[in-house]
Amino acid sequence: MSSKNFKYLTGPFSANNPVIVQILGICSALAVTVQLKPAIVMALSVTVVTAFANLVMSLLRNGVPARIRIIVQLVVIAALVILVDQVLKAYVYEVSKQLSVYVGLIITNCIVMGRIEAFALANKPWPALLDGIGNGLGYGLILVVVAFFRELLGSGSLLGYRIVPESWYIAEGGYYANCGLMLFPPMALIIVGCIIWVHRSRNKDLQEK
Amino acid sequence: MEMLNIFIRSIFIDNMVFAFFFGMCSYIAVSKSVKTALGLGAAVTFVMVMTVPLNYLLYQFVLKPQALAWAGLPDVNLSFLSFIVFIATIAAFVQLVEMIVEKFSPTLYSQLGIFLPLIAVNCAIMGGSLFMQQKVDALQITSVWQSIVYGLGSGLGWWLAIVMMAAIREKTTYSHIPAALKGPGIAFIITGLMGIAFMIFSGIQF
Repeated sequence: MSSKNFKYLTGPFSANNPVIVQILGICSALAVTVQLKPAIVMALSVTVVTAFANLVMSLLRNGVPARIRIIVQLVVIAALVILVDQVLKAYVYEVSKQLSVYVGLIITNCIVMGRIEAFALANKPWPALLDGIGNGLGYGLILVVVAFFRELLGSGSLLGYRIVPESWYIAEGGYYANCGLMLFPPMALIIVGCIIWVHRSRNKDLQEK
Repeated sequence: MEMLNIFIRSIFIDNMVFAFFFGMCSYIAVSKSVKTALGLGAAVTFVMVMTVPLNYLLYQFVLKPQALAWAGLPDVNLSFLSFIVFIATIAAFVQLVEMIVEKFSPTLYSQLGIFLPLIAVNCAIMGGSLFMQQKVDALQITSVWQSIVYGLGSGLGWWLAIVMMAAIREKTTYSHIPAALKGPGIAFIITGLMGIAFMIFSGIQF
């Protein structure tokens, strides 16, 4: 893999992250992060859809007239999402129940559409595929970080395994209580705000004037 | 009473932005001035009022399990097609609105600019249709009137949120914000705090 292609893959992890730098795909990024497990499943689903949507649209880029490209993109994305949805329902039914409407919302996830418009329509299939995988994983990274803090502080567990010992809790004679607010939607926004804060303090060129 | 309940619930308790984060991308991008926020909110509300009932009818009479019984096909289950049908309805409707606005009101058309076609991929609208589908399955929406009220309430809730956010962001241009938090960072934290404030509405019932 050439260094240029490698940059397409790793750029979205930090310097060009889709969620905290490009501000795309926030909707689903926040709603599925109460626990770590659905967040990981969601991250993988989005990576698959972004990668293959980028690949397909890059292959089709010379055959689709610009006027109808949005409809073509939506059809390609929707078909991929239906596939993902059926696979999730077949193999991880419990998680797919937890994700509920958010699987369907991958269709309108701005990352997928945004990367097609910004990258796949102007590049060859192989870089487009790498860009799709990179952006999906960059999105997944933020999802996992947010879900890590929300599950740890909100339920005292990770991936369903107890991290904070039972004996620490007030009910057991200890001094510890879970932060119930972490389980509510607003805290996800505040955690993402803090991630942006830390990230931009370390990358001064991203700061707004 | 049922109608009023759905209406109030969809505006304040199940607010599209504060409870489900729908339409966050345009919410963060367009909330820099109250004027554009008002225009976009109105367009989203209008599209939502029209597409939620349209998709309700499609779901009820074509896509639901046993929905095709009226056509003599009681065993057909097309519900796996609902994503693609919903997004096609929305995209077609947005295209129609765009053409009508361009024809009859060119000034409004140039004001809204790129945001008008982008409504098609606003998660709030797709989310409205998907929640409607979920509520039909749970028997919380049982008639086309209720689906209209649900679409209207969700649209108004999104409108309210984006206008409030734009008003706050206009004020924060004069405040001293840490350099790294400027722009999206502070916008997320403000939205979070507004969401906590909106939590006081939970539990309202008629």
